[in-house]
Amino acid sequence: MDIIVFLIPAAVSLGAMGLAAFLWSLRADQYEDLEGAAHRILLNDDDLPPPRA
Amino acid sequence: MDAAALTAASADAVGCPSGLAPPASSPAGVDPTAFVRAGEEDVEVLEMLVQGARCAGCIRKIEGAMLALPGVRDARLNLSTARLRVTWARGDVDARTISSALAGLGYAATAFDPAEGQKQIDEEGRRLLRALAVAAFASMNVMMFSIPVWTGDLDMGGSTRTMMHWWSAIVAIPAALYSGRPFFRSAVAALKRGRTNMDVPISIAVVLTLTMSLVETATGRHHAYFDSVCMLLFLLLIGRYLDHRLREKARTAARDLLAMQATTAVRLAADGRAEAVAAKALETDDTILLAAGERAPVDAVVVDGVSELDCALLTGETLPVPARIGDTVHAGAINLTRPLTLRVSSPVDASLVAQLARLIEIGEQGRARFVRIADKAVRLYVPVVHSLAAVTFLFWMFGPALLRTAGVAGIADVSFHDAVMIAVAVLIITCPCALGLAVPAVQVVATGRLFKRGVLVKSGDALERLAQIDTVVLDKTGTLTLGKPRLATSLDAGTLDAAAALARCSRHPLSRALVDAAGPGAPARAAVEVPGEGITGEIDGVAARLGRRSFAAPHAPEHDDDAAELWFAHGDAAPVRIAFVDELRPDAARVIAALQARGLAVEILSGDRAGAVAEAAREAGVAHWSAETRPAQKSARLDALRAAGHKVLMVGDGLNDAAALAAAHASASPGTAVEVSQAAADIVFTGKHLAPVVDAIDTARAAQKRITENLALSALYNAVAVPVAALGFVTPLVAALAMAGSSLLVTLNALRLQGMQSWTSSSS
Repeated sequence: MDIIVFLIPAAVSLGAMGLAAFLWSLRADQYEDLEGAAHRILLNDDDLPPPRA
Repeated sequence: MDAAALTAASADAVGCPSGLAPPASSPAGVDPTAFVRAGEEDVEVLEMLVQGARCAGCIRKIEGAMLALPGVRDARLNLSTARLRVTWARGDVDARTISSALAGLGYAATAFDPAEGQKQIDEEGRRLLRALAVAAFASMNVMMFSIPVWTGDLDMGGSTRTMMHWWSAIVAIPAALYSGRPFFRSAVAALKRGRTNMDVPISIAVVLTLTMSLVETATGRHHAYFDSVCMLLFLLLIGRYLDHRLREKARTAARDLLAMQATTAVRLAADGRAEAVAAKALETDDTILLAAGERAPVDAVVVDGVSELDCALLTGETLPVPARIGDTVHAGAINLTRPLTLRVSSPVDASLVAQLARLIEIGEQGRARFVRIADKAVRLYVPVVHSLAAVTFLFWMFGPALLRTAGVAGIADVSFHDAVMIAVAVLIITCPCALGLAVPAVQVVATGRLFKRGVLVKSGDALERLAQIDTVVLDKTGTLTLGKPRLATSLDAGTLDAAAALARCSRHPLSRALVDAAGPGAPARAAVEVPGEGITGEIDGVAARLGRRSFAAPHAPEHDDDAAELWFAHGDAAPVRIAFVDELRPDAARVIAALQARGLAVEILSGDRAGAVAEAAREAGVAHWSAETRPAQKSARLDALRAAGHKVLMVGDGLNDAAALAAAHASASPGTAVEVSQAAADIVFTGKHLAPVVDAIDTARAAQKRITENLALSALYNAVAVPVAALGFVTPLVAALAMAGSSLLVTLNALRLQGMQSWTSSSS
């Protein structure tokens, strides 16, 4: 049973990583246009001229 | 896409499918320059609300065309909010090229007023979503420590259990303090104002439970409720987020409508230069140009030009009204035939539209007094639960001793610790999960269901109000009817084609109806439109006239059937009369019958002439109608109905209905209605049919039933759980099961709405 000393922190930190990934995606505006994202996957990259940044 | 392709695309898109009829309106005339705002680092930004963009093709077309414009740095279309954001280096791009490029692609676009557009990021929604994610993470991970404790309690040594509790505490305490903030904030705000709300018992339960569990853990005892706290917050946040999404959607819809009123006008400066200004900036005595197809932004007087105005949305009249020098043009009227020069007679905030907007505000303030059913439940819940917990604590503290002095023995004394623990268990077990989840879950399912049927419900309480109505008041033009004239005379093919050839050269609604009936074809040669009179032209080398009787066939006899008519004269042949009707929506009569079958009284309030209204009422099967009512009379009628104790659903589309829509208990507008009416209405339905109104009423009633059931379920659950908790039988496992179980039950009950049969599918 000593193994849980390692397993518990490992499990919690994996969960925390998932949480961090979600919070990052929220901050990166990935949920601002769900409908558009669903359609944009159908576009080829060369359909749009690259933005002139 | 290069410039040539762009031009070709614009030629395709502007006209009708045949490419021959003149465009319905000239969207290229919109000048958004007034709405460009400065971004960071010498960049200018323009946001436009693009109508009609739906798919990947639209994204590509629009973004491609924008990026192809010289100087544009970036263009991004948000398909969910229909907003296009274009940026360029300062001075590189003239905003007009953007709107004309959009118009060229065939998309109507309105500039966004930056003041309205800036508050668009939904901060509150993000905060809730972050809190929800943290609570979800915590409840899953704490469960990982709780399940071994529940299942292996007998085999597990005390030290292992305490270790599990410590781990729970490490995860749960920070997570609960973070994701509980929306509740704590609202509770503190309520208490400061000397009131209570649902968040007060929630916050107290969370803080008390966390403290007690921490004490239990530190002293190595059993009763740690970390899992319950996390689950409570998780479930409540789901309900809170759903509710917020529903409100946010309504708010966005309202804001979009407001931003659309950020119209521009072309002002003639003293030196004769034309400049685009925001309609808001117009002042009395400014001179403005109103192109054909444009809507008047303010009340004004015609100083030059002759044209016809479409006032259908203002007054409910189907037929165009002539406009000559000296006539008043009300804001909202659409100029049909010729450009007009106008002198502004009152500034925007004194215009008819603005006055109506104020009427709407007054109506909505009245509506804000409506108490939602969840709030009623909370008013009952808070005092009952808190006094129950307090009584429980007092009983276990002093009860056994008092009972002994009264001669009842057998109840053992408990320690202060145990008494507090039992009282806390009461607070946890009566958690308002079911209450917090029951109502939003039902409303989200109901609005989602209606949305699929083309009905946009703008708020949760709109459904509650809709479920209570007992009277339906309908407007005629555009609501009961399609608001578009349709050919009623049967003509032989030759005459129809010849008349349509002339009609193709005009934007007049009757001409349009004639063209619709004839289908694609070539326009007449050398056609000239005389505003307010008709069109002359040549067909097969012979002169032809289409228009009023006095214009095309002065010697023909007058008909007195009150119908809209055109006369067509071709060479020496006898002039032909072409009559039109404003057609009822295809399912109008069926819908009226269905409404009456549901026990609702139905009546028509119209601004149109008595003859037309009587005819429509007879066809639709409505016994009560009034004609030639002005906007104030409409809302007066609604006030009278309310005073008589009726709860009215108003269905209307025009500016003249807007005040009545706001005054009604609940209101609906077709998607073709003016923006103000859509803003005032609770629900907006799209399509040619009226059936969505019946669907909405049915769904609202079913939703109300589910909400009542859910509230009854949570009351029942509390009736069972509270005695168990008050007697001290609750363990952490029981609390967690009860909480998850009751929430699941109300959610499943809400989902039953999804399977409800709709009236449209069952009756057709």
